[in-house]
Amino acid sequence: MDLTLHVWRQSGPKDKGQLETYPVKGISPDMSFLEMLDEVNEQLIKTGKLPIVFDHDCREGICGTCSQTINGKAHGGQDRTTVCQLHMRSFKDGDEIFIEPWRARAFPVIKDLIVDRTALDTIMQAGGYVSCHTGGIPDGNAHPIGKPVADYAMDAAECIGCGACVAGCPNSSAMLFTSAKVAQLAVLPQGKHEAKARVKNMTDALQTSGFGNCTNHLECEASCPKGISVKFIAKLNREYMKAVVS
Amino acid sequence: MILDGKTPTGPIEKTWDKHRFDMKLVNPSNKRKFKVLVVGTGLAGGAAAASLGELGYNVEAFCYQDSSRRAHSIAAQGGINAAKNYPNDGDSIYRLFYDTIKGGDFRAREADVWRLAQVSNSIIDQCVAQGVPFARDYAGYLDNRSFGGAQVSRTFYARGQTGQQLLLGAYSALSRQVKAGTVKLYERTEMVDLVVVDGVAKGITCRDMITGEIKSYWGDAVILATGGYVNVFYLSTNAMGCSVTAAWKAVQKGAYFANPCYTQIHPTCIPQTGDHQSKLTLMSESLRNDGRCWAPKKKEDCEKAPGDIPEEDRDYYLERKYPSFGNLAPRDIASRAAKEQCDDERGVGPGKRGVYLDYATAIERVGEHTIKERYGNLFEMYEKITDENAYKRPMRIYPAPHYAMGGLWVDYNLMSNVPGLFVLGEANFSVHGANRLGASALMQGLADGYFVIPYTIAGYLATVTPGVVTDEHPAFKESKEQVQAQTDKLLNIKGKKTVSEFHRELGKVMWEDVGMARSEASLKNALQRIPEIRDEFWKNVNVTGSGEELNQQLENAGRVADFLEFAEVFATDALHREESCGGHFRTEHQTDDGEAMRDDENFAYVAAWEFKGVGKAPELHKEPLKFENVKLAVRSYK
Ligand SMILES: Cc1cc2nc3c(=O)[nH]c(=O)nc-3n(C[C@H](O)[C@H](O)[C@H](O)COP(=O)(O)OP(=O)(O)OC[C@H]3O[C@@H](n4cnc5c(N)ncnc54)[C@H](O)[C@@H]3O)c2cc1C
Ligand code: SF4
Ligand code: FES
Repeated sequence: MDLTLHVWRQSGPKDKGQLETYPVKGISPDMSFLEMLDEVNEQLIKTGKLPIVFDHDCREGICGTCSQTINGKAHGGQDRTTVCQLHMRSFKDGDEIFIEPWRARAFPVIKDLIVDRTALDTIMQAGGYVSCHTGGIPDGNAHPIGKPVADYAMDAAECIGCGACVAGCPNSSAMLFTSAKVAQLAVLPQGKHEAKARVKNMTDALQTSGFGNCTNHLECEASCPKGISVKFIAKLNREYMKAVVS
Repeated sequence: MILDGKTPTGPIEKTWDKHRFDMKLVNPSNKRKFKVLVVGTGLAGGAAAASLGELGYNVEAFCYQDSSRRAHSIAAQGGINAAKNYPNDGDSIYRLFYDTIKGGDFRAREADVWRLAQVSNSIIDQCVAQGVPFARDYAGYLDNRSFGGAQVSRTFYARGQTGQQLLLGAYSALSRQVKAGTVKLYERTEMVDLVVVDGVAKGITCRDMITGEIKSYWGDAVILATGGYVNVFYLSTNAMGCSVTAAWKAVQKGAYFANPCYTQIHPTCIPQTGDHQSKLTLMSESLRNDGRCWAPKKKEDCEKAPGDIPEEDRDYYLERKYPSFGNLAPRDIASRAAKEQCDDERGVGPGKRGVYLDYATAIERVGEHTIKERYGNLFEMYEKITDENAYKRPMRIYPAPHYAMGGLWVDYNLMSNVPGLFVLGEANFSVHGANRLGASALMQGLADGYFVIPYTIAGYLATVTPGVVTDEHPAFKESKEQVQAQTDKLLNIKGKKTVSEFHRELGKVMWEDVGMARSEASLKNALQRIPEIRDEFWKNVNVTGSGEELNQQLENAGRVADFLEFAEVFATDALHREESCGGHFRTEHQTDDGEAMRDDENFAYVAAWEFKGVGKAPELHKEPLKFENVKLAVRSYK
């Protein structure tokens, strides 16, 4: 199929950046979206132009590296799908496709479609862990964890840290990302003891890292390729109240 | 030269405990003075950096991704083994040890494997303590499943995302140390050289992948935990950025590369659809627990819809060839069998490189609902990629390069032959012999990182004075100049072919001539083709852009350049090993019914290769393998 791409090109953080148009021909519906971009890049190189840079690694929806806004939607807007899992059969011959980087104050553009997401790591470093040492740990079965609790923790733990929730949110809030870790650890016997300090430290980091506030637009859940539920935000809020009230 | 693995002697059950006691310790108040560089933040590197930071060492950790949470360990699906024997089904440290030695086709060191089995249980405890949400039963206890043909249920898992959850556990421990100030992270930083001073590893040189700056870092010890090299085949289940570069730079500086020809080709991957393909996707091996592999008996049926091929015209080839293991035959055997069907022109799907994995019988037996519960996410993933519904139509699968058993040679302390250079995880060669069993790589990565290196590195550091060599030493300047020269060279060729075109060409040669089945003729052909491709690369590659910016073409060019040197050593190793064992199958060495024939008399050794320069024959060093606790036997799965 033949397509027209409008791709965000920005040579560096200081460049203003603009959309550039590339007509592409002969794309197979079996190609993944990133393979389509590979093909475009090969053509650009052959014609002496600079290829489009974009973040990617696993290409199977688990590492959270790929990050593109396609036609205004983070990851292209398909249910539970990352950019790298998107296939060209979801597009039609003659389509125009707009490809842009994540847009958020906390994620400055580095080049073309690549942004800096270290703010997400900063939130994790503020408290997204259980303070256990290596070694000297009791048997894994010492504290039984009921299946519903283990399943709840796993639902939250599926977050891949891609940042689509931030890109999708009108306020650029990282609440869904933060809440997933807070909720996972708060319900587990191993994580409970530090729950109060954790929720405070992580929400503080959230506020000082350039993310906006959560005003319940729920766009985060809609953008999330892993189906992380906003119920974890409610859990974070409850945990936060517990922490500040006591 | 005969290499010494420095394995402790005495009864195997006591080796690790005794060795731990015999090793020197570093005085706690001195630890902060030692700087340790950890390259890689996957399971092995992440666990090591976090644990060493906790102990008080001054750690710097590096990865090429934008976050230390994204190493390719994240993609592991199936699970992690441990000898807990929770199901009471007869498992033990001895059995895990035995299975691993046998599964590796008797090409690994006994003591290393014993240690792995011994610490496996602590890994599970550690991960639970970190909050890893392993699957649990209704009473709240940890659930186990049988995996990869093991006859006991010893695999722990977190849905289909075990690697992700374990890595996030290690990442959380690492994040805690970053906050505590014991670990400094360098993301988007690619190691492009090892700095060796007077024969001892003392630092690394990296390229900042955002600014292009070439910078050196010094350390009292260097740990490489940089993963596997199967992207030498171009198409594999590894991430796009996985490369041999870090290990290869160490080889160029004197480290030996052990058993490069031992690579694992995983049987259940989604087949290639066309030349545009950039990577292959693995589907968990657990699929073979309920799926039945078959190919049409008649060539003329290959184009038909699978539902139109009657039962009697289907060849359930694994059940036919291996009646006792059937569809659960080990990976190397299952992969080769699939290839045989396709070589016999009975393959299905695009290019006829595929066989069926059929759930009809299982759905009839336990119902679609149960199958959905067991494999729902995998069926979904399959449908996303192929647009086919595997509940209705058998999946198509084909083997793909997946794991590297070979790697940098290390002794029992995980130190390479270059003092001060330690190698962990998939990047070393240690425990899997010629074939790795399912769910044992995650175990090894975490064993190395959490429970081995914290002890063995102390034994080394206790013998060195901290900070005597820093980046003031001229070797660092030299290393930076060398890297700069290579960068300039790549950028100035301005040829006609892209980096990907060269990588694809190399991959094709490796897959066809050095892939699942190798012969003297195919290997000789590869050894002729690889230098030709390499020569053309250095004359005709087109690397766009400049060195002083984010430049993915330049990054890839460096990696492909290293693959082009490494591939030759790989093929040389495969040619020299005149036997078939594990993942290494030489067509000359097989029984009448096509089974691998090992030659213990002549090849029960580790082959460690010393690099002698581009285009020169590498030199072979051998480490003989002794089997005192397990009897050498033919690995039969019939
Ligand atoms: C799809 C898939 C499924 C798997 N499933 C299982 C399973 O179910 N069970 C199991 O036991 N095993 C499984 N494996 C194998 C297992 O996941 C890996 O062997 C293991 O995770 C490797 O861990 P590692 O820490 O050694 O390397 P990796 O996780 O690959 O980490 C390598 C690290 O090194 C860094 N790095 C590499 N080169 C450089 C450089 N030049 N400069 C700077 N940094 C560098 C990377 O950034 C990364 O941080 C699977 C593998 C794949 C591919
Ligand atoms: S919550 Fe969802 S969208 Fe946000 S980082 Fe996690 S996986 Fe990505
Ligand atoms: S590239 Fe890993 S999730 Fe898309």
